[in-house]
Amino acid sequence: MSSIISIQNLSKTFGSSFKALNDISLDIQRGEIFALLGPNGAGKTTLISIICGIANISQGRITVGGHDINSDYRAARSLIGLVPQELHTDAFETVWATVSFSRGLFGKPRNPAHIEKVLKDLSLWDKKDNKIITLSGGMKRRVMIAKALSHEPQILFLDEPTAGVDVELRKGMWEVVRSLQASGVTIILTTHYIEEAEEMADRIGVINKGEIILVEDKATLMEKLGRKRLKLHLQGKIDAIPPQLAPYKLELSDGGCELTYDYDTKGERTGITSLLSDLRNAGIRFSDLDTMQSSLEDIFVSLVRTSAAEHTR
Amino acid sequence: MNFEAVRAIYLFEMARTWRTLLQSIVSPVVSTSLYFVVFGAAIGSRITSVEGVSYGTFIVPGLVMLSVLTQSIANASFGIYFPKFVGTIYEILSAPISYFEIVLGYVGAAATKSIVLGLIILATAGLFVPLQIHHPWWMLTFLVLTAVTFSLFGFIIGIWADGFEKLQMIPMLVVTPLTFLGGSFYSVNMLPSGWRTITLLNPVVYLISGFRWSFYEIADVSVALSLGMTTAFLVICMIVVWWIFKTGYRIKN
Repeated sequence: MSSIISIQNLSKTFGSSFKALNDISLDIQRGEIFALLGPNGAGKTTLISIICGIANISQGRITVGGHDINSDYRAARSLIGLVPQELHTDAFETVWATVSFSRGLFGKPRNPAHIEKVLKDLSLWDKKDNKIITLSGGMKRRVMIAKALSHEPQILFLDEPTAGVDVELRKGMWEVVRSLQASGVTIILTTHYIEEAEEMADRIGVINKGEIILVEDKATLMEKLGRKRLKLHLQGKIDAIPPQLAPYKLELSDGGCELTYDYDTKGERTGITSLLSDLRNAGIRFSDLDTMQSSLEDIFVSLVRTSAAEHTR
Repeated sequence: MNFEAVRAIYLFEMARTWRTLLQSIVSPVVSTSLYFVVFGAAIGSRITSVEGVSYGTFIVPGLVMLSVLTQSIANASFGIYFPKFVGTIYEILSAPISYFEIVLGYVGAAATKSIVLGLIILATAGLFVPLQIHHPWWMLTFLVLTAVTFSLFGFIIGIWADGFEKLQMIPMLVVTPLTFLGGSFYSVNMLPSGWRTITLLNPVVYLISGFRWSFYEIADVSVALSLGMTTAFLVICMIVVWWIFKTGYRIKN
């Protein structure tokens, strides 16, 4: 796969001192779904704003489809559709007018058939003559997506696309995104919902305090950082973990009724067999056990914590 | 040149006029008619003539200019301020469109509206007083030049304003006084010489004088000076707009 967006050593400074983005380099591959994760204020929206031309670059260079976003902004921006986080709409316009306006703004000749298709794909067709002010939040979000798709972009930015959208609609949105990817559109989404990234993304980038702290294939990331946890529900309460079990670094919880063991899934030896036999030798019996795979959310939280700790050091 | 984008912005802005027809067209026409009733018929009947022209007829160019100035500023400033206010400006900024094209769309629409409005007011005036236009092409030139210049000025105010109060402030505190004191309702020659000199610092004097000359061939200052001053103000506004986009002042960041 070739890269469609290339960001080199990008920095953004607000005012004289606040550095919102610090020396970011990142390549987005053609046709992928890239999820950008990060806590509030990490710089996700700033990064998107700069790529799309809404904010100026302080330092560095960005190309979109090989076109520099400053010197060749027309070619670069023509490729991009942006769905911002906030629901910025012209309240008194109709859905049809506002979506058609977006197409014109991006220099495309009128094409009612395309607008019709976009509105139908997003289940907005029956609302086409409604004023935007009369629509629900979820519908407004879809109008924003329709505006972004009106000019047939090759790249779609979705900034928190499912914030404040109910579960059903969120799943519908995911389907839209998947079908867009199938039609060859590259998608970059930022999200707070880790499950969204886990569900959708091909690759994941984590940004914190204006720095990209990780970019990885989702599967690799899960595998690399994925840990499993074994929970043993004991038959009887114990006061302390016997010393011979110390190497396993067990945790005792639930008032002495539960033992927790964390292990690495990628290791060849997980240590479970020996743990179970050592438990028996120590006379500890359990009534039940369960294992859990750590989610992307756990990975994310631990990454952000590590990066924060490095910052304060 | 992204003609589709200019067209989209222009038509979007014009559509806003039709949506707000009462506010955009009807209300200026009503208030101008009131001026004719008060100044033209009621007070004007006591004033015989100004420089050989009956008072009611004399104030017509000034009244048209008054509306064109204020409406140009109001339309253009609101046109660009509103997307900033509701956030839809993100789309304009992310579109493959140059600054020149953005200005062309917004200022073009605002100027079109005020030119149409000026002509409507002129037609309305024709119902109250007899009109003569000696130089119709010059009349149109001054009208277009003024509409474009003050739409650009309004565009600047719309970008500069970060609240509705500021949006109103310049038109109310600066433009309205300048227009009233710029010879809309009197000839500058009627003033004592000291005041006359001070008045000549008011740029609106040149607009109204030139515009009135195209009607009745009477002017407070020479036509060339009127044209020169109006063009100078146009160039200043253009430079400011160019600077705004170059630096991203109050638009980006």
